[in-house]
Amino acid sequence: MDFSSLFGCISSASCLVTQSISGLTIGMLLFLVASGLSLIFGVLKITNFAHGSFYMLGAYFALTVYQVTNNYFLAVCAAALGVGLFGVLFERFLIRRIYGSNVLMQLLLSYAVILILDDVVMLVWGSEFQAMGMPEMFRVPPLRFAGAYIPAFYIFLILAAFAIAGGLWFLIEKTRFGKVVRAAAHNGDMASALGINTSLLYSVTLGLGGVLAGLAGGLAAPVRSLVPGMGMSILIESFIVTVIGGMGSIMGAFLSAIIIGLTRSFGGIVMPEFTEGLMFLVMVIVLIVKPTGLFSKGQD
Amino acid sequence: MNNNSSKKNLHRRDFVKGIGGVAAATAVTGFPAIVRAQNTGPIKIGVSSIMSGRVAQLGSSSTNGAKLGVDAFNAAGGLNGRMIELIIRDSKGKPDEAARINRDFINRDDCDMILSLEASTGAFAVQEVVRELGTLCMHCLSETSSLTADPKLRTANAFRSGRQGAHDAISAGSYAAGIAKEKGLKKWMTVGPNYAYGHDTTEQFLKYLNHFSSDVELGSQLWPKIFQPDYTDVINKILQEKPDAVFTCLWGGDLSSFIEQGNLYGLFDQAQYFCIALADYTTMAAVKNLPTGLHSGNRYVSTFPGSAANAAWEAAYVNKFGSRPTNWSWEAALGMQYLIEGMKKTGTSDGNEIARVLPGMVVQSPFGVDGTITMRAEDQTVVEYGTGWGVTQSSEPFMPDVAATDWKLIYELEAAWKKEQGYI
Repeated sequence: MDFSSLFGCISSASCLVTQSISGLTIGMLLFLVASGLSLIFGVLKITNFAHGSFYMLGAYFALTVYQVTNNYFLAVCAAALGVGLFGVLFERFLIRRIYGSNVLMQLLLSYAVILILDDVVMLVWGSEFQAMGMPEMFRVPPLRFAGAYIPAFYIFLILAAFAIAGGLWFLIEKTRFGKVVRAAAHNGDMASALGINTSLLYSVTLGLGGVLAGLAGGLAAPVRSLVPGMGMSILIESFIVTVIGGMGSIMGAFLSAIIIGLTRSFGGIVMPEFTEGLMFLVMVIVLIVKPTGLFSKGQD
Repeated sequence: MNNNSSKKNLHRRDFVKGIGGVAAATAVTGFPAIVRAQNTGPIKIGVSSIMSGRVAQLGSSSTNGAKLGVDAFNAAGGLNGRMIELIIRDSKGKPDEAARINRDFINRDDCDMILSLEASTGAFAVQEVVRELGTLCMHCLSETSSLTADPKLRTANAFRSGRQGAHDAISAGSYAAGIAKEKGLKKWMTVGPNYAYGHDTTEQFLKYLNHFSSDVELGSQLWPKIFQPDYTDVINKILQEKPDAVFTCLWGGDLSSFIEQGNLYGLFDQAQYFCIALADYTTMAAVKNLPTGLHSGNRYVSTFPGSAANAAWEAAYVNKFGSRPTNWSWEAALGMQYLIEGMKKTGTSDGNEIARVLPGMVVQSPFGVDGTITMRAEDQTVVEYGTGWGVTQSSEPFMPDVAATDWKLIYELEAAWKKEQGYI
């Protein structure tokens, strides 16, 4: 363990800025995936193990639209809408059949979808990894701040994720739709008895989860290799974020994503061989101290 | 008299029993199938590879390489009218699955020989199966030198048609040391995927870098995990240490991600980068902003060897499959070529016969540094294939010039390495 390097980094403005930006970048992508996961669990009480595949689909949709239009913003929007639509179909034709089933059935169904989507991606886009490349507008030298290098694309990515997080917070906390979602998350049967169309609400919720995963895939595409099965690694990290933040809590997902991002970036200085382990260590500590997660409203 | 009495005693019921016994015995042994296969049936070659998951490109591009040779062979009439039939199965990269599949090839499918398109862990599992069952096997993709260099692992019926780590390390070390002397590169860092390949390749490279250039200082060695999506921590560490040169054995999508993310920081303008596994079209073309001036070992490029035969082979591959060949493609194509040449020379598909003619066999090949490749008899592995290093440019042909490594140098240092390991 190299604590001297960590102290050296914290006392150096350039290193501190570099690692913080790095942590925020990692954290914001995780947040976009984890928030959808958390939202779906909160309302539908379904653990969507196929959510990483939604992220993968988003990245591939963005790649295709970008290749056709050469317009990155259009590509990200198309990825969000495409995966959102897929989420609605996923709920209508598959998830709807297992409401009330145990977690094993959810796991079986989700895993089947993961395998099918991996194969579909392989058939449509091929087994070779693909790269979108950096959009022209971001091909600029990195900014210098306090001696640190900050890539322009990462600034865009962080700002975009903050804007999405703000929009999501507004949607859930300040709109009628958000009230309905919160009511259904609290007690779906009661919400249904009060005349809320929970069937439609569940479809829209999974669609919204898909939109968030699609956005994450589209935003990540310029700096990630696209390959069948790419959703698995981000799924595991997103589960860690969701568990730490509290299943069903969007705010919890946001803050725990930042915690995990910074853990990875600064933890990599102290224990580069144990960065993955550090994330699990944080999760274990949180589960011991507060078993329902840091921001869950449920009882411990 | 005895014969007569025997005939008298052979009743219809006994005859039916006898036929039933023969039928049962043949069902168990598969004897008629073998007879048929050896005379008129197709020549069955079992092929196991990684056909699914994140490394599926290994299986798809290598089987394509093999198919190209098979199609040409069959179109020319096969072996006295007998066509080659490839039986391709997915081992998913699991050694136990590779062993099971190859046992089935031999025991159930009556395959005449095995074309192993497994990565190293799978290849070692297949090696033990063919050692036990005695079937001819051509390993094409395993680059772990000990597979054929270690006499305890070697077996008379298994060969290798791919490049190997020891050769590549010598090539890399001699080239990098030359550049280091020319440009005054003292302080080095390494970045390798955190599993056996990454550690072994980096260790071997450093061994030969130090052999050729004694004044090298080694800084941090970074080991990102395989398939890691984000390399920012690695990039930050490099930016902090400011080395003169970086060696990396990242490959495929991992290398592509590292380069794309490094581009954001202007990483490749600040040091010399030696990427041993970059020069495959599927990697270089996939990196949308490939920096100019990266050093790389050749994996597969049609400019090296710069022969018409190599360019024609690539064109035929692209024409048939609609994608560019990989390093795995040429290794599999060469393996298939050796099996076919062996059949032609012996006039049979009998693996034992072919195994006797393969050692020392020289074939005309687009991948040979001088147009030919030799199956070295002493360790049943190919030599004289094109191996060398060059510098990237950002557009096609990506690596126009490759400096070939002198095979005399490779032989000399390989022999010393084998002595160190106790192999000779």
